[in-house]
Amino acid sequence: MASLAPTFGRGAMTNHWVDIKNANLVLIMGGNAAEAHPCGFKWVTEAKAHNKAKLVVVDPRFNRSAAVADYYAPIRTGTDIAFLGGLINYLLAHDKIQHEYVKKYTNATFLINGDYQFEEGLFSGYDAAKRSYDKSTWSYVIGADGFAEVDETLANPRCAFNLMKQHYARYTPDVVSNICGTPKEQFLKVCEMIAETSAPNKTMTIMYALGWTQHSVGSQMIRTAAMVQLLLGNVGMAGGGVNALRGHSNIQGLTDLGLLSNMLPGYLTLPGEKETDYPTFIEKRTPKALRPGQLNYWQNYPKFHVSLMKAWFGDAATQENNWAYDYLPKLDKVHDVLQVFEDMHNGKMNGYFCQGFNPLAAFPNKAKIGGALAKLKYLVIIDPLATETSEFWKNFGEYNDVDSSRIQTEVFRLPSSCFAEEDGALVNSSRWMQWHWKGAEPPGEAKGDPEIMAGIFSRLRDMYKKEGGAFPDPVLNLTWNYAIPDLPGPEELAREYNGKALADIADPKDATKVLVKAGQQLDSFALLQDNGSTASGCWIFTGAWTEKGNMMARRDNADPSGLGETLGWAFAWPANRRILYNRASCDPAGKPWDPKRSIIHWNGSKWVGFDVPDFKPDSAPDQGMEPFIMQPEGVARLFALDKMVEGPFPEHYEPFETPIGTNPLHPKVVSNPAARVFKGDLEQFGTAKDFPYAGTTYRLTEHFHYWTKHAVINSVLQPQQFVELGEELAKEKGIANGSMVTVRSNRGHIKAVAVVTKRLKALTVNGKTVHTVGIPIHWGFKGVAKNGYLANTLTPYVGDANTQTPEFKSFLVDIEKA
Amino acid sequence: MQVNRRQFFKICAAGMGGSSLAVMGFSPAVALAEVREFKLLRSTETRNTCPYCSVSCGLLMYSLGDKAKNAKLNIIHIEGDPDHPVNRGTLCPKGAGLLDFVHSPNRLQFPEYRAAGSTEWKRISWNDAFSRIARLVKDDRDKNFIAKNAEGATVNRWLTTGFLAASASSNESGYLTHKVVRSLGMLAFDNQARV
Amino acid sequence: MALQSLDIQRRSATTTPSPDVRQTMPVAKLIDVSKCIGCKACQSACMEWNDVRDEIGTCVGVYDNPPNLSADSWTVMRFSEVEVEQGKLEWLIRKDGCMHCADPGCLKACPSPGAIIQYANGIVDFHEENCIGCGYCITGCPFNVPRISQKDNKAYKCTLCSDRVAVGMEPACIKACPTGALVFGSKDDMIHHAEGRITDLKERGYQNAGLYDPQGVGGTHVMYVLQHADKPELYHDLPKDPQISPLVSLWKGITKPLLSAGLGLAALVGFFHYVTVGPNEVKEEEAEHVEKEDI
Repeated sequence: MASLAPTFGRGAMTNHWVDIKNANLVLIMGGNAAEAHPCGFKWVTEAKAHNKAKLVVVDPRFNRSAAVADYYAPIRTGTDIAFLGGLINYLLAHDKIQHEYVKKYTNATFLINGDYQFEEGLFSGYDAAKRSYDKSTWSYVIGADGFAEVDETLANPRCAFNLMKQHYARYTPDVVSNICGTPKEQFLKVCEMIAETSAPNKTMTIMYALGWTQHSVGSQMIRTAAMVQLLLGNVGMAGGGVNALRGHSNIQGLTDLGLLSNMLPGYLTLPGEKETDYPTFIEKRTPKALRPGQLNYWQNYPKFHVSLMKAWFGDAATQENNWAYDYLPKLDKVHDVLQVFEDMHNGKMNGYFCQGFNPLAAFPNKAKIGGALAKLKYLVIIDPLATETSEFWKNFGEYNDVDSSRIQTEVFRLPSSCFAEEDGALVNSSRWMQWHWKGAEPPGEAKGDPEIMAGIFSRLRDMYKKEGGAFPDPVLNLTWNYAIPDLPGPEELAREYNGKALADIADPKDATKVLVKAGQQLDSFALLQDNGSTASGCWIFTGAWTEKGNMMARRDNADPSGLGETLGWAFAWPANRRILYNRASCDPAGKPWDPKRSIIHWNGSKWVGFDVPDFKPDSAPDQGMEPFIMQPEGVARLFALDKMVEGPFPEHYEPFETPIGTNPLHPKVVSNPAARVFKGDLEQFGTAKDFPYAGTTYRLTEHFHYWTKHAVINSVLQPQQFVELGEELAKEKGIANGSMVTVRSNRGHIKAVAVVTKRLKALTVNGKTVHTVGIPIHWGFKGVAKNGYLANTLTPYVGDANTQTPEFKSFLVDIEKA
Repeated sequence: MQVNRRQFFKICAAGMGGSSLAVMGFSPAVALAEVREFKLLRSTETRNTCPYCSVSCGLLMYSLGDKAKNAKLNIIHIEGDPDHPVNRGTLCPKGAGLLDFVHSPNRLQFPEYRAAGSTEWKRISWNDAFSRIARLVKDDRDKNFIAKNAEGATVNRWLTTGFLAASASSNESGYLTHKVVRSLGMLAFDNQARV
Repeated sequence: MALQSLDIQRRSATTTPSPDVRQTMPVAKLIDVSKCIGCKACQSACMEWNDVRDEIGTCVGVYDNPPNLSADSWTVMRFSEVEVEQGKLEWLIRKDGCMHCADPGCLKACPSPGAIIQYANGIVDFHEENCIGCGYCITGCPFNVPRISQKDNKAYKCTLCSDRVAVGMEPACIKACPTGALVFGSKDDMIHHAEGRITDLKERGYQNAGLYDPQGVGGTHVMYVLQHADKPELYHDLPKDPQISPLVSLWKGITKPLLSAGLGLAALVGFFHYVTVGPNEVKEEEAEHVEKEDI
């Protein structure tokens, strides 16, 4: 999560599913947990039942979460920063913040570069031609001692706190209501409920998902929420936090393992092409502490990186060759999926693999994606199911009207096993690594993914051995010491990513003592070395498979705290911690802010409690180490420095397709000025003149993405594609409930059944009536459910400026009787 | 109480079918009742994790057969794992319907190949599939690998083939996939985290 | 010892009393509508456990799918968008299905011996082996629950997972329910649980929250917690004061003794007609009639 890491130090969900029961208030915004995560939502109902908690839902639709909420407020899609910015303004204006927490645990007191400024919708350093910022002024004032300067009194107008106050003073309740369409009294009611949790013994938890990520300003929406939680003192607390509800069962794990264009396992990053030598590369990634006495955990970066290279390339990675630095590809830019399909569409790519991924359905502007795939020479599909992508070349009438004879792509479709047919681990949203076991063989000739990857790789390696070819070294030297080379086992792979000692590791305090012998599994990443004597394929996973065996398979669900801290169940990275930043649950002296939800505390000689301290275990409170140990300054960031692409404070920008055509805060800068837009896509944006309604896509609880339309039970429960619209709009357009309608965007159209509902209401925005058309995504032309259109036929090809997550939640459509 | 003619006949019919049959002695023997036999009694129980969302509910999967050599395990029922701290036995409509995902008629069973311009699939062997894919990959990599950029810096990257990995596959699959993809120098690499 | 795994309280069209010495704990399912998110996990789990799959239908303009109870859908969610207070929308979602009445109209109406069984724990179960497909159970049901299968002409409905309960487990829907809107246990425990929920709802502003355990049918082994217990009809026409159809009371109360003598011969003919030709033709029309009323 590209906003939580800049704020807190790590990108993951801060708390965990069961911990939600400890909240006094639950805010569901930018997500619909009851719909998309029902079994996690259970802990909201538990908070209500056992903690008398209130549930507040803010969403464009009165959704399934709203159905059981204590309070619901509507909001126009894409305007959450305005809402949350208004909330920050409310908290500051009404003095509803947890002062000591804000002063001690955030960068509120830090002085900001004198040249930093915000004016007319733009931060200092904007380059309009490049659509990007020179971010050098988004920085701290650094003193002569090399540390950031602070003003503990908060009197200095240039401290982050006062700049923040000034920034959000513009977000008055009237401004919020005018942008969001939320009636003012409803906005204020939500503010009032949230403000109560500024008390040290009250917490709010925030649950969000794709309703925040899928906007061109998605990361900044999440950051605004993170700032709210810091002001309220709700981070690190049981029942608090900013909880990113991840979508897929192992999306957390694959992100942890760095399967992204610019990443390596464990949130290490690939070099850019300007980092032409290893010392430059490694120094840039090894920060110096910005305040005295801080743990600054990333100072250990070289240990993690070298251990990774040893795990991957073994003896071929040496000190002399800079740990095989040349083996790593160097980035010219990030090749995220939008960039890749843009390149593919321009004929710059030849081959593509889809392993359990259905891009024709999952990516925006289906016409562009299909056209891009048709330009490939070869496409390899690895999937348990017959996906739309695997048959993008086949004519399915109105749903996929293509001429097969003109598509020259060779397609391989390889059947893979599913969860029930394999052993292995998945990482849930709460960072728990849980092992699962095989219950049957896969159908027909289907094989597991490792066997398929090994089958292709072993042949490739043999060809490079025999024929030579372009830079064969990393291929030939890749660690492949599996008992059966064509069938790497899950246990072997898990041991490899956990890591082991390659030589005896001596105790740094007593060189005569050996902590781990050569060849032994490591039980902590604290043992990793930067001299090549340890190997670990993913440092944050160290501890998952130790000399004691598979920690991920542990099944002790005892909860001695009563707070849901089941430390004997599975393994949670990092180091089996369940609540991140839990040092912040105590006051500076080490006493829990709220004794009723004590998870750790200082006992006079060390940190102890029901959770694994997210802190140096023997650092006494008076030593001044602060709780956010991944940050060089030790505190969480209200001011994000240069970590966000479009500004250190979140600012409201309109969706690229906006129903009001302007930004009431600054009409000259309407949408995200730092978002990347490709030329052809710019022309495909529609305007409110032709497409007057706010379109938004979402999921239904009966289905999972594009998978469950292949399952009979789920197809029975939600058989046919539909769109939702409010009663007022239906009346205006003469659309009867249950009739067929056509929904158009500037990129295409879909036909679906109209569900006319009271749950979608027209909102008054900037003096204009805005209707919302809701578009569930789950249908397609393969499956046992009724065939339908891919909803992404309609969606715009633009992503969040930081993550390139497409803006699926806010675009413009028209609707009419079919 | 109003009873019309049609309803009157219905009442009579009910009287006929019921009481009179009992009166005539057809009844007690057939009226013994037994509930449906509990269908999981000796099936094999395996613990697993739901593959859908990231709540990652614990599952109990029940397979036909007791793992004897001659019995082929086949999943016949899936329900929640009551020991699991998060779901405590519960499942959502997707998880509760997992059996129909495992046994979907659209599960792929054999490697297949679609030739350029063709309208149909042809079955191929795994060996053919692996060899032909490896050849396509190698030819493309050898032809388009970029060892140095315009400034002469070593970049060792390959941009003309890309890879999308599955966020529903295990850590172990993902880890192995990452190793393979990076060793080839690929940068067009992503998973569902982005969408 | 009895031959069955659950003790029997009564059987349709059977005068022989059942063994009655063992004391069985009455069970109940409590459906807390105020906690229901309408996710349909119960529907999914019901289909899966009971090995039934309804047709893949169409969207009819609401979230209700399948749109009605059927021989393959023994429970369905009923979605109602209501504004009880002006401007305050509520999405009331009620899980519909057999209420397992203490005084079951279906059993009373059923003419086929042993086709409907009431177990001592309160579960009312259909034994399709004995069902003649006449559809009188539908007439007898104050909640319009049983459905005749087009496939085998027999009546089906929720069994309260009698096969699971018989071995000491909770029904499949109960286990699945993500939010704990469904709970299962002894009827006493369920009433107690409901009281706690009602107190909570009253604190949250639902002054008329209450338990639905209608006494017109002797109470039920499936009960609801309703936010608006004073207006059960808000919940997709849940009957305010359900009673067994007068038709059933009529033949049980007055007509039965008169008719059983007079129609003995006709019954014999009727029975042989059934065993030789198959179930009576009338019932399909009847079933259809009832279904239409429901839609």
